[in-house]
Amino acid sequence: MKRREFIELSAQGMGGLLIYSLTGRPVVANAHEGKVRVPLRFFTEKEAKVVVAACERIFPANESGPGATQAGVVVYIDHQLAGPYGTDKYRYTQPPFDESAPGYGYQGKENPQEIYRAGVQKLGDDFTELDGPKQDARLKAIEHTYFFRLLRQHTIEGMFCDPMHGGNANLIGWQLLGYPGPQMSYREQIGKYNGVPYRIKPQSLEQILGYPIHPWEDEEKG
Amino acid sequence: MQTLAPVDVVIVGSGWSGMIMGKEIASRTPLSVLVLEKGGGFRGLAAYGREMDEVDTFIRKRQAESPANGLVTTRASSRARANPIRQYGDFPWVGCGMGGSSDHWGATSPRFMPEAFEIATHLKRLHGASKLPPNNLIQDYGITWTDIEPYYTQAEEMMGTSGKAGNLNGKKIEGGNIFEGPRSREYPNPPHPMLYAPQLFAKAAKELGYHPFPMPSSTLSQSYTNPDGISRIGCQYCGHCSLFGCMVGAKASPNFTLLPIALTKKGFSVRTHCNVRRVVHKGAKAVGVIYVDDSGTEYMQPADAVVLAAWTFNNARLLMLSGIGEQYDPMTGKGTLGKNATYAVHVGLEFFLDRPQNIFMGSGGMATAIGDFGGDLGDEGAAEGALRGGLIFCYTQGDPPVISAFGVIPDGEVKQNWGGEWKNAAVKWSDRYGTFLSTENHFPYRQNYLDLDPNYKDKWGDPLLRVTMDWTDAERKQAAFISRKQVEIAKIMGAIAINPRPVPSATSGPPLMVNNHSHGGAIMGASPASSVVNPYLQHWNIHNLWVVGGSALPQGEEHLTLTVAALAYRAADAFINVYLKQPGALA
Repeated sequence: MKRREFIELSAQGMGGLLIYSLTGRPVVANAHEGKVRVPLRFFTEKEAKVVVAACERIFPANESGPGATQAGVVVYIDHQLAGPYGTDKYRYTQPPFDESAPGYGYQGKENPQEIYRAGVQKLGDDFTELDGPKQDARLKAIEHTYFFRLLRQHTIEGMFCDPMHGGNANLIGWQLLGYPGPQMSYREQIGKYNGVPYRIKPQSLEQILGYPIHPWEDEEKG
Repeated sequence: MQTLAPVDVVIVGSGWSGMIMGKEIASRTPLSVLVLEKGGGFRGLAAYGREMDEVDTFIRKRQAESPANGLVTTRASSRARANPIRQYGDFPWVGCGMGGSSDHWGATSPRFMPEAFEIATHLKRLHGASKLPPNNLIQDYGITWTDIEPYYTQAEEMMGTSGKAGNLNGKKIEGGNIFEGPRSREYPNPPHPMLYAPQLFAKAAKELGYHPFPMPSSTLSQSYTNPDGISRIGCQYCGHCSLFGCMVGAKASPNFTLLPIALTKKGFSVRTHCNVRRVVHKGAKAVGVIYVDDSGTEYMQPADAVVLAAWTFNNARLLMLSGIGEQYDPMTGKGTLGKNATYAVHVGLEFFLDRPQNIFMGSGGMATAIGDFGGDLGDEGAAEGALRGGLIFCYTQGDPPVISAFGVIPDGEVKQNWGGEWKNAAVKWSDRYGTFLSTENHFPYRQNYLDLDPNYKDKWGDPLLRVTMDWTDAERKQAAFISRKQVEIAKIMGAIAINPRPVPSATSGPPLMVNNHSHGGAIMGASPASSVVNPYLQHWNIHNLWVVGGSALPQGEEHLTLTVAALAYRAADAFINVYLKQPGALA
């Protein structure tokens, strides 16, 4: 049996309590100490660390707020890749594959798991040891690849997904944007906030529904 | 292969077209009606609440047809080899399961312009045939505004469309679309509230002398009971609309407005997970359909009449797979099946404002529009080769709620689309932009058509449909014209920045000119020489075969759903009132 791999993330990022401010600038307060060990479903620990570092360069924590590491984007990507999406369970995979014709979107044979495995390797084992500008240079060199397109897209998804998917830890991404989560009704508010922000404390789908729900990748393995 | 007990009418597909036919026939006749749906059953409102998750529903499209089953192949010209749509993301989506795409639409519901139904006659009279774009196959529908108007009204009342009339029995009314064809009745529900940026749009449009109106939407603005006695509550503006099922039933869906009625009728039944592969015919008569269930078992379902309502592309494909009608050949111009394949010329822009828009609130069809360029583009357009346009409309609700709405930044503000500088800009603008869109007239051309792909097959081994389509200079000129008008309005609105897209298709372009707004392939018309079905959507050669849906539209127009529903009502009336009394060709 495959050895269980984990990634250690700082609890400050994963569970730090965020207070939302109306200026749109989230404030981290009352952060927890220590580390959380998150079991990995697809990545090896080494791969996960490269992905954490690369996603942080794509969506960094900076003056405008938290970034990919704090949101747990790597957990989101890991779960997606281990689910039906990662193995192209619902993609059209009949040959012939013609990747030469432009404009068709991705026409290749490799599934997201394979694309990530090769892509992460290409970023290099030493990627995590490089400084920011050097990491950026490596990413710049693969910017045109489908792997990078996926990595960028998945970083955004992991920032702003419902937390049941593993990303957007503590709704940190939603707080960053002032997005309230999948609220069931704005009937009272519609048309009354003309050019004025309507900002409430965001809630996850599960919090709003009041009962547990399961994302696709938990219900179906890849 | 097992042969099942015969039914009177078998209907392929449970979207608006299939369910309108099914509900009308089952309600008004003693016939047995069986609807075959290739996807699963109606999951109920609570399921739609659970599905308010952007990743699974909007991005991965769990509720849609699986691309693995085989969607379509596309190419820009008949000289190229086509490639299949392999995944969503490059292609909007295809509905699957009870209600089809009609259960997950945005509910934008304008009528077509009155002259659209006689477009060839109209344009030739206006400009002369020589001014029409080369290789065009522009043709009339075989019906007029008067023929379809009552059915538009019927469709709007069934759905509970929210809007404001602009032409009531010939009387122009400011605040509605004064360019629309004369309506016999006011909309069944008042318009939705106008959001902030659309209000600015309306003000700017008025300043320019245009005539803004609220885009009609078949999502209810208030509680409503339709003529069939179906009560639904008003929209909650939850921002999970297009591609999502409505968790309160406010957005019109066949599952809410038709299925509950049909299920009370003795002769009506639905069978899910049944993928129809062939229409079986003997001579000039359809005798039933062959379908396969999820386990791969094939069945022959005999029927006295067959209705195809399986989505624009699947209607054409089923006829091709069944060997019904002559395949269109772009070289010789012979054949009618697969011709007049069109899309819609999408032209849009993004505009940026200094104030937050709360883009997570709203519903799919909420927008403010102008109809000033909704039909003919006048002398100014004609002078530059732009003949027909579309509604220009403005909206701010992200719809998608958050992930897919993220990353819209003024052109040129950042150098790359990742990293700290990009993130700062994307966060800053995330709630401070809105969109203009026009989904315009798209002329049919000799070189744009549908046929079966020689290389790629579906899950069951049947060839995929191949779409061959590209823009011409006419669409490029049209897009440039409309884009200019859009920019003009956006500037007066006080936009800080504008991202104009003065080329056709803001969503997907060649070789991916396919989406759930695709039209044609099994078109209606006045003559069997130039169309597949007659003006009642009855097949010209096989009178007990009816082909209902977007496949019937001979050219690309504005949002087509309401027109598709109106044509289905008209077909149902013809089937019940005329055909059943004396089965035979109605035209």
